[in-house]
Amino acid sequence: MEINEKTLMKEVLVDHMRNVLSSDPNVVMLDADLAKCAGTNVLYKEFPDRCFDIGIAEANMASMAAGLSSYGFKPYISSFAPFATRRCADQIMISICYAQQNVKIIGTDPGISAELNGGTHMALEDIGMLRSIPNILIYEPTDTMEFAKALPQIHAYPYPCYVRMHRKCPALLTKESDEVNILKARIMRQGTDCTIVASGIMVETALQAADEMAKEGVSVEVVCCHTVKPIDGDTIVASAKKTGAVVTAENHNVMGALRSAVCEVLSENYPVPVESVGVKEKFGEVGKVPYLRKAMNMEVCDVVSAVKKAIARK
Amino acid sequence: MRNQNLVALAQNIRENIVNCIGSLGVGHIGGCLSIADLLAVLYGKHLKYDATNPQMEGRDRLVCSKGHAGPAIYAVLAEVGFFPKEVLETLNQGGTTLPSHCDMNKTPGVDMTAGSLGQGFSCAVGVALGSRLRKDGATVYAIIGDGESQEGQIWEAAMYAGHAKLDNIIAFTDYNKMQLDNYISAINELSPLDKKWEAFGWKVWVIDGNDVDAIDNAITEAKAYEGKPKMIIMNTVKGKGVSYVENALVGSHSMSITPEMRAQGIKEIRGE
Repeated sequence: MEINEKTLMKEVLVDHMRNVLSSDPNVVMLDADLAKCAGTNVLYKEFPDRCFDIGIAEANMASMAAGLSSYGFKPYISSFAPFATRRCADQIMISICYAQQNVKIIGTDPGISAELNGGTHMALEDIGMLRSIPNILIYEPTDTMEFAKALPQIHAYPYPCYVRMHRKCPALLTKESDEVNILKARIMRQGTDCTIVASGIMVETALQAADEMAKEGVSVEVVCCHTVKPIDGDTIVASAKKTGAVVTAENHNVMGALRSAVCEVLSENYPVPVESVGVKEKFGEVGKVPYLRKAMNMEVCDVVSAVKKAIARK
Repeated sequence: MRNQNLVALAQNIRENIVNCIGSLGVGHIGGCLSIADLLAVLYGKHLKYDATNPQMEGRDRLVCSKGHAGPAIYAVLAEVGFFPKEVLETLNQGGTTLPSHCDMNKTPGVDMTAGSLGQGFSCAVGVALGSRLRKDGATVYAIIGDGESQEGQIWEAAMYAGHAKLDNIIAFTDYNKMQLDNYISAINELSPLDKKWEAFGWKVWVIDGNDVDAIDNAITEAKAYEGKPKMIIMNTVKGKGVSYVENALVGSHSMSITPEMRAQGIKEIRGE
């Protein structure tokens, strides 16, 4: 598909699903009454035999997908991020991962991108819950171009994957010519004084913070860590060796996800000062993204402050 | 007139269960013995399988959703030749192929991992959907515990299977009326269980689950019945066939088996 600034993430998802459903008779799609929201409802007319809306029963959806996988199918399951993970965490753990069933889990509108659905629908702990499960891959697309390049790799990955995706249209930061490898973090900007390791909607924020710091003569490197598990420790450690200070920026609670994974890698390989931007000991709430960024201290100014603190601790 | 071949097979399965759990000295013996007659009828007559080729294409599937009855499954798998009976003595030893709860990646002949209650049954509904898509004519059998039926996921799966009219699944409830903490009626009553399943769109039979002929007849009828998923509610005795397990009542969910108890159990099962 052609991707431009107006392309929606869910359109990229649907295009991928159409491709794999067309090319592989073993692909099946399961939704739990949110197919219209994910955009996957259009596939039900095109592939009526292999798309199943099983109703509002996420635990059943996850385990049924495992059963289908055991029969040689390649299931995708989809719901809002909290319901695709929190609601069926044990089913993901046992039916899917422990039983070694290669199910792809699509969780939409993670963290503050849940916006007006508010705190009940705001997954700020989903990565933290899943990251300690062996073998699962956890990927959060940065933009539509990267997502389009990553999805075929997710499809081919031999273990369960959790894709944590914004449904709308984050800033397009990836060029068609950029190489995307789901197992490699991306250096979005070179720098020498501090590294920002960011994911999801915070990659754009990190780049904006790097612009601000450049005005003050500070050179910031921005690493896009779209895959928090397995984490690309080599790229992160190499950047930390160059800059000597790290800031993490994520649309998640700072416990259990990107900050934790980066700290684990650095503390074991090359300890440097680390500061973090993300949700800190708060539940979600309703509001538009600009309000929520302010409420959760996830604005450009927060990243700038964290960079200054990290550099001061060198 | 009981099918004596199936009676004999059930007896051997019970012996294997007592030896398997007895070799370790502790285990979920009550809910294993209660389904021995069902396993005899399935493996002795109805289930399509090849013990020399556990992954045979087009085989029927058995999902033991009450995963703690693993030793009962291992007892029948050893009896019909999936692996040597000596392996039964490795139950729950480090590195064993026979963990307490069923694991499809460890044990030849086990088609689904189960143990977190409610999930295996959902998986079985997924398997039945898969078989329907494949049009391979397989029958999916699933064994649910009565206590397990308190899990909400059982009813999520039941509702969808009823909605989808998945008539290639035959489920069994091991209705022994007991769970770990106490009698079902004292903890969280299931009755009327038959009406519940009927309300979820299933064709239901209620039978004596320790009578091989009754089980055989119900499965034969269920296989012929089209248009709905099928539930065979088996009234069973927890610990059936070994007096000290039956007499332990709600203490039989998991109990210690001394070498003397093991020997006595084998004698009782053989009618000696």
